[in-house]
Amino acid sequence: MKHTITVLVENTFGAFDRVATMFSAKGFNIQSISIGETEINEISRMTIVTYGDEQIIDQVVKQLNRLIDTVKVVDLTGQAMTERELALITVSFQKGTMEEIKNITDIFRGKIVDINNKSMMLEITGPPEKINAAVNVLMPYGIKEMARSGTVALKRGEQLKQRKDFIK
Amino acid sequence: MSSPKKLSGADIFFEALREEGVEKIFGYPGGATIKIYEKLYDIDFLEHVLTRHEQGATHAADGYARVSGKPGVVLVTSGPGATNTVTGIANAYMDSIPLVVFTGQVPSHLIGNDAFQEADIVGITRPITKHNFLVRDVKELAATIKKAFYIASTGRPGPVLVDLPKDVINDECEYEYPKEIHIRGYKPTYKGHHNQIKKAADIIRKAKRPLLYVGGGVVMADAAKELTEFARNNNLPVTSTLMGLGAFPATDPLFLGMLGMHGTYYANQAVNHCDVLVALGARFDDRVTGKVDTFAKDAYKIHVDIDPTAIDKNVLVDLPIVGDVKRVLTDLIKELADKPKEKEWWDQIAIWEEECPLEYKRPDNQLRTQYVIEKISEKTNGEAIIVSDVGQHQMWIAQYYKFNHPRSHLSSGGLGTMGYSIPASVGAAFAVKDRPVVSISGDGGFQMNMQELITAVAYNLPIKFFIMNNCFLGMVRQWQELFHDEKYSFTDLCDSNPIFTKIGTALGIESLSTHLPEEVDALLDKAFEINDRPVLIEFKVAKEDLVFPMVPSGASISDMIVKRLNPKRML
Repeated sequence: MKHTITVLVENTFGAFDRVATMFSAKGFNIQSISIGETEINEISRMTIVTYGDEQIIDQVVKQLNRLIDTVKVVDLTGQAMTERELALITVSFQKGTMEEIKNITDIFRGKIVDINNKSMMLEITGPPEKINAAVNVLMPYGIKEMARSGTVALKRGEQLKQRKDFIK
Repeated sequence: MSSPKKLSGADIFFEALREEGVEKIFGYPGGATIKIYEKLYDIDFLEHVLTRHEQGATHAADGYARVSGKPGVVLVTSGPGATNTVTGIANAYMDSIPLVVFTGQVPSHLIGNDAFQEADIVGITRPITKHNFLVRDVKELAATIKKAFYIASTGRPGPVLVDLPKDVINDECEYEYPKEIHIRGYKPTYKGHHNQIKKAADIIRKAKRPLLYVGGGVVMADAAKELTEFARNNNLPVTSTLMGLGAFPATDPLFLGMLGMHGTYYANQAVNHCDVLVALGARFDDRVTGKVDTFAKDAYKIHVDIDPTAIDKNVLVDLPIVGDVKRVLTDLIKELADKPKEKEWWDQIAIWEEECPLEYKRPDNQLRTQYVIEKISEKTNGEAIIVSDVGQHQMWIAQYYKFNHPRSHLSSGGLGTMGYSIPASVGAAFAVKDRPVVSISGDGGFQMNMQELITAVAYNLPIKFFIMNNCFLGMVRQWQELFHDEKYSFTDLCDSNPIFTKIGTALGIESLSTHLPEEVDALLDKAFEINDRPVLIEFKVAKEDLVFPMVPSGASISDMIVKRLNPKRML
C-alpha cells in the first residue's frame, strides 16, 4: 500500500543523504522524495512516498525516527491531508492538435509556460493521481520531456500548538 | 568577567577528551593528524596506545569498550588511515558497541579535490555508524565532540565518527566546553511503560512454560544483576544469545545455554515449546530464530528493547516494552517476585537435556578444541575475559566456557569479523588488570590481524594467545561437508600455514605447541603463570571436527542436526 510520510529533518550537512542511505541500506522502496525549506530556518521538510505492507511501513517510520537528524516523522496516510505535485511536460504538436492540447491543459487547470513551432511546455499541479491522468491523456500527442517534483504534503487543520513541541 | 581562552583545534580536542574522562585512545599517526600528535607528545592525562594497523586500533577500542563499559576512542589519519577503520566500525555497529572514532581529513579547501590521502569517510561510514560528523569550523569542534560521546554511549550504543579537516585542527577559537547538549531529534526512551510492565508481569506469572531469552542488551545495560535476581526469584529458565553470554551465570541450574544455530538442543526445544517467551535486549537475529515463521510459534512474546526499531523487525511480538532493560527489569522485579517453579516444564527440560546433552567424543587420542576450552574454563573458574575470533572455536567457546560475569565474553557476534580476537584482546587488557585475558583464534583468523601481537609485546600485555589450529577454515569446511557436496574449496590451509610458534618467537613471545590431550593441563598452567608478558600456545586440534548441534541456515529449529550425517566421516 502507498504511504505518504512527512519528515522534518535538521538542515545539516548530509541529512538528506542519511535518509536516502537508510532507504537503500534497508531495502525499502521510494516512489518519490522531495525536500525543501520550512517556516523554521534550520529545519527542512522531506515528503517521502513509499509502499509496503504494515510491518515494512512500521519499520520505515521507526528507522526514520532513529536517525539523529530527524526531528519528527508522521505517516500522513489515512489522515486528512493535502498532497500536491508539480509537473512540467513538453508535448509536441502538429497542425490541428495544438488546440486539443490547449483544451486538455485547461481541463487539468494547467498553464502553457513555453511554446515554439513544434512543442509547448505545460505546467500542471495537483494530487499525483491528477498528474498521472494528465500524462496518460497527453501521451498520444508525444511527450518529449517531463519533470515531476515529487509529492509534497501537509496535514490539514494541524493544531499549531503541536508544532512547538519539537522546536524545544 | 574574563573572556574564555583561545585554543587551537588540537588543544580543544584534548581538552574535550579530558572533560569526557577519556583514559585511553587507540591510534596511529599520519599527516592529517600530525598536529594532534604534536600536542599528544606532552599530554599526560591519557595514554595513547599505538597499534600496528588502524583496523587493530578500532577492534582494540571495541574490546576496551566491551570490558570497561566506556566508549572506546580511536584516532587515525585521513584516507587509508580512515578506511582501515571501516571493518572495526561496522563490527562495533552490529554489536552496538560505543566507539568515538576521530579521523584526520585533508584541509577543508581541498575536500573533493582527490587530494593526497583523501577519502570521503563520512560518506563511507554513514550506514555503519550511529551518527557521524564532518567538523567544518573549529568553533563547532567542542560541541561536536560532546555530541559524539553522548550519542555513542546513550540509548542503544554504537560507533560515532568525527572527521577533522587539517585546518580545523590548526585554527584557533575561544574554547568553552558545553555543560550539556540538546539534540532535538535524539531522545532515547529509558523508562518502560508502566502498564505494559504490569501486563508482562501478569502474563509471566500465569505462564506454565516460561522462558527468558537474553541478548547483548542486558550486558550493555549492565543489567546482569537484575536479570539474575528476576530469574531466580521466579524460577525462570534462561537461554542466551552469543552476545548475551555472561549476563547470567552459566553455572546456575536455571541456565539452559545458548540458543539458535549452534545452541543446545534443550534450549532450542524450550524455545519451540514455551508458552511465554520474554526477549530481553535481544533482536531475534536470523542465527537465533532460524526460520522465522516457526520460531516460538505458539508463545506469547514479550520484547524489551531500548531501540524501537528492534521491535517487530524480524518477529512480530505480542507485548513490546521500549526502555532500558535494566530499568524495566528493576520494575519487573517489583511486580513479580515469587512465581513457584513450574514443575512439569522443568521436568520436560530435564528430559530434553538427558536426550541430547552437549557432548563430544571423549576420552580421545585426538586433541579437540572443545576439550581445550573446557580446560580453560576449569582453570580460570569462569573468571577470565575470553576474546573469541570467528568460526568453529567461537561456537565451542559459547558452548563450553562457563561464563560467570558480564563483559567477559568478547565476540564478533553480528558482523562475524575474522581477525577480531587479537586486537580486541589488546584493548581488553588495557581495561582490566586483575583478571586474565585470553585470546582464542583459529589458524585462519589468527593470520588476519597478527600484527597486533607486536602491540601486545610493546606494552607487555599479559594476554594468553591461544590458536586452535585445525589447519582448515573450519566453519566453512563444515558447511562444505554438510551442504556443499564435500567440495573443500580453498579452506585447506595445511600446506600454507606458517609455523605459528616461530612467528611468536620472532616477536619475542614465549611460544609453545602441542597436539596431545595429556599436555594441555601443563601448558595451560604455564600460560596462566606468566603474568607480565604475552604467551602463545598453538593447539593442533582435530582437522575435521564439526560443531553440533546445528540448525541449518534458514531451517526450523526443530530441524536440528545433532550428529554427523555421513557415518564414513565419523571420527
